[in-house]
Amino acid sequence: MSTQVPKGEEVESTTDEAASSPGKQRRDTAKADRAGQQEKQREAEERAKANEDTVQIKVFRYDPEVEAKQEPRFDEFHVPFEKGMTVLDSLMYARDHYDPSLTFRHSCRQAICGSDAFFINGSQRLGCKTQLSDLDEPVRIEPLPHQDVVKDLVVDMDHFYEQMHAVEPYFDPDELPDGELEEQRQSRANREKIKMSTRCIWCGACMSSCNIAAGDNQYLGPAAINKAYRFAMDEREGEARKQERLEIIEQEHGVWRCQTQFSCTEVCPKDIPLTEHIQELKREAVKSNLKFW
Amino acid sequence: MYEHDVIVVGAGGAGLRAAIAAKNEGADVAIVSKLHPVRSHTGAAEGGINAALREGDSWEDHAYDTMKGSDYLGDAPAIEALCKNSPNEVIQLEHWGMAFSREEDGRVSQRPFGGLSFPRTTYAGAETGHQLLHTMYEQLVKSGVQVYDEWHVLNLAVTDEERPEDRTCHGVVAYDVQTGEVSGFRARNGVILATGGPGQAFDHTTNAVSCTGDGQAMAYRAGVPLEDMEFIQFHPTSLPSTGVLISEGVRGEGGILYNAEGERFMFERGYANNDGELASRDVVSRAELTEVNEGRGIDDEYVHLDMRHLGEERILDRLENILHLAEDFEGVDGLEEPMPVKPGQHYAMGGIETNENGETCVNGLYAAGECACASVHGANRLGGNALPELIVFGKRAGKHAAGAEMEPAKIETGQRGEYETAEIDSPVTLGEPGSFGDADAVADGGTVAEGGSVDETSIVERAVEAERKKVDELLSSDGIHHSEVRSDLQTTMTRHVNVFREEEGLKQALRDIREARDRYEDVAVSDPSRTFNTDLLQTIETRNLLDLAEAITIGALAREEFRGAHWRAEAPERKDDEWLKHTMLSWNDGTPELWYRPVILEGEDKTYEPKTRSY
Repeated sequence: MSTQVPKGEEVESTTDEAASSPGKQRRDTAKADRAGQQEKQREAEERAKANEDTVQIKVFRYDPEVEAKQEPRFDEFHVPFEKGMTVLDSLMYARDHYDPSLTFRHSCRQAICGSDAFFINGSQRLGCKTQLSDLDEPVRIEPLPHQDVVKDLVVDMDHFYEQMHAVEPYFDPDELPDGELEEQRQSRANREKIKMSTRCIWCGACMSSCNIAAGDNQYLGPAAINKAYRFAMDEREGEARKQERLEIIEQEHGVWRCQTQFSCTEVCPKDIPLTEHIQELKREAVKSNLKFW
Repeated sequence: MYEHDVIVVGAGGAGLRAAIAAKNEGADVAIVSKLHPVRSHTGAAEGGINAALREGDSWEDHAYDTMKGSDYLGDAPAIEALCKNSPNEVIQLEHWGMAFSREEDGRVSQRPFGGLSFPRTTYAGAETGHQLLHTMYEQLVKSGVQVYDEWHVLNLAVTDEERPEDRTCHGVVAYDVQTGEVSGFRARNGVILATGGPGQAFDHTTNAVSCTGDGQAMAYRAGVPLEDMEFIQFHPTSLPSTGVLISEGVRGEGGILYNAEGERFMFERGYANNDGELASRDVVSRAELTEVNEGRGIDDEYVHLDMRHLGEERILDRLENILHLAEDFEGVDGLEEPMPVKPGQHYAMGGIETNENGETCVNGLYAAGECACASVHGANRLGGNALPELIVFGKRAGKHAAGAEMEPAKIETGQRGEYETAEIDSPVTLGEPGSFGDADAVADGGTVAEGGSVDETSIVERAVEAERKKVDELLSSDGIHHSEVRSDLQTTMTRHVNVFREEEGLKQALRDIREARDRYEDVAVSDPSRTFNTDLLQTIETRNLLDLAEAITIGALAREEFRGAHWRAEAPERKDDEWLKHTMLSWNDGTPELWYRPVILEGEDKTYEPKTRSY
């Protein structure tokens, strides 16, 4: 699916698209500005190419609606390199200076909103948390595998959200303290036990890396199982609720599908020991079943 | 057209809390948000949530600290509502399962924070916002509130009576990011804006790329005044290269600031002889920049924040996230070396004028959270007071919009009660930015219907038509790319409307904003696609930033005194005789009008007397 298109040609094609769009009111000044701007962009890119301190990125492009992008391809961009520059920085630079149609989700720039998980040089990583200096060039940036591509690097997250919601991801205690201002007690040890599991930012990297999820669309997946773990292990919830939670995750497409390949754990940008959590829930499920056997 | 009782715009802390509260009152609620809820910037909050929970502390003390922190520009009824309700709301979060840090006895931990007379900041490591956001999203899922995520609200559907106080908001117009569909959302009871701050008006900010103040700009253009916009908080500890926030929790736990000469300057240079590093944020930011400006900065840019002496165990227990941030975004190991920090835009104290129930002067339009100004924070927000604001005022707005019985507000909104008008001394024409292409001024102002004769649905429909036309024009015309305009705007704001402000710089900023507005008339979207067109949406956001940057600068130029986060070279002292009043700015159909309303210092049981503010 890689159709590498030289940058110069791509600028041409953008111009053609614009010229053919209907109902346009072309103002002379704006036109001149635009031509000037494209010229500037081209010069900037030329300068960047000539400069040794640039990074070459190859970005997956696809838009079902735009004729020139219906066939998936890779576009190359040469981005001036600065110390500390991340993959997300390079994408933003390319978008703002070379091609405004380059599309990707991003927001916080600090690895907490979970918007910018991409497939970077063959593995799932957050764009904002990945230093360009740590990567081999050209840096290849693709949308997360095993998810439908909406456009460029944007994938459809609906299925991921559905799986997250499927584990009843909300705290649900049997009872609460009587006093309005009285908190439930939680031991430091128990808080520590669930701490890593609460760090999930719903980026979807784990699900995308998982072979099982790729083959079984109904598999809950590492993130959703981790979410179930977060509640099942929380001592503030009651024993009955824990049993219900275990029933959800021990179903056919639940924890037993996991083949402990550790790919999810390897790619998790928040270092959550996902595979361990899944294994622990398997043990819990066995234990609770034994009670009834 | 979609229809619900209550429409909440934005899905961060305030929006989620508002939606849950309205749902609990029995209303049919929907959230419309340009991001999926868990992507909201509330998740980036680190330090904590102030709540007077314990023996020895009281809501009165919290209110006193907050009023002092605000440099006596907060309104007492709003501050008291915050401080009285915060303990219940924090315990509510705990009852919803939030993973707070805990004491040995299993109770929620609290730590010291800047400007607080008691260690009352509850927290979850240095990732409190993340835990709060996810906990509330979980409860939202449980409650079954409908979420229209990745629907970008373009405008409000507001009637166009001459006085904003006579107008009514009947819904919003939103753009489905995935499909490009423009649709109306009719709100039978009310619209609640919970859209966050305008941090992207600056180029060195802790705020997310999505923090473009959309709700503030829409409300402003629909006639709701913006209040105290000049008060922008610059957080003293952001990483120099990216603006990523290093929590005040580091100083709360005992972290120390050093200049290039190795001096603990907060004490040694006399900036805050009592509280040192834990002085209020505005005080610490000014101290850091003074050090840098006087040649004692490191690389002439930043100072050092050292937490090594806290020891690995304590750091891992309470500040682990800080280690990751310093490592990932500055390449520094906080266990081995001090972290470079400098002031960065962090928070807008001002915003959409509301009363303590979240109501604006436009009927049926509410605002809560950072986008709103009740006013709790006045001239400077204390660390740990933003998150309680989200949950306390989010809930109040949600309840009120859903029709719950509530005490009538004491704070007045709109041009009612006591106020005075003022002239703006601007070197350039303000406002009237033209529009997208040739769109008419009415569509641009966000007001659509003539008189009150049109029914509510058609008011929303007409707003939808106006937005469709605007989107079509942006997509079909040719012009410059918005990113140039945005980047120039951010540069001038950070240069001239920063921690230290002076008249000539502020005037230059207004000139630059004027030029940016003029250039914006020639913007166009070059991506022709209706699918996930971020080029289009960012172009629209840039327009919002222009309006807000101008509002910030107008307020800053007019206020010739030093109060809280606002410092003026020409008048470096607080002038209570003249300036114990809120800056109000009305869009006035494209010709911004400046006016002032007195601060309310009368609380329920006492009046707060302005005192010299020292830490």
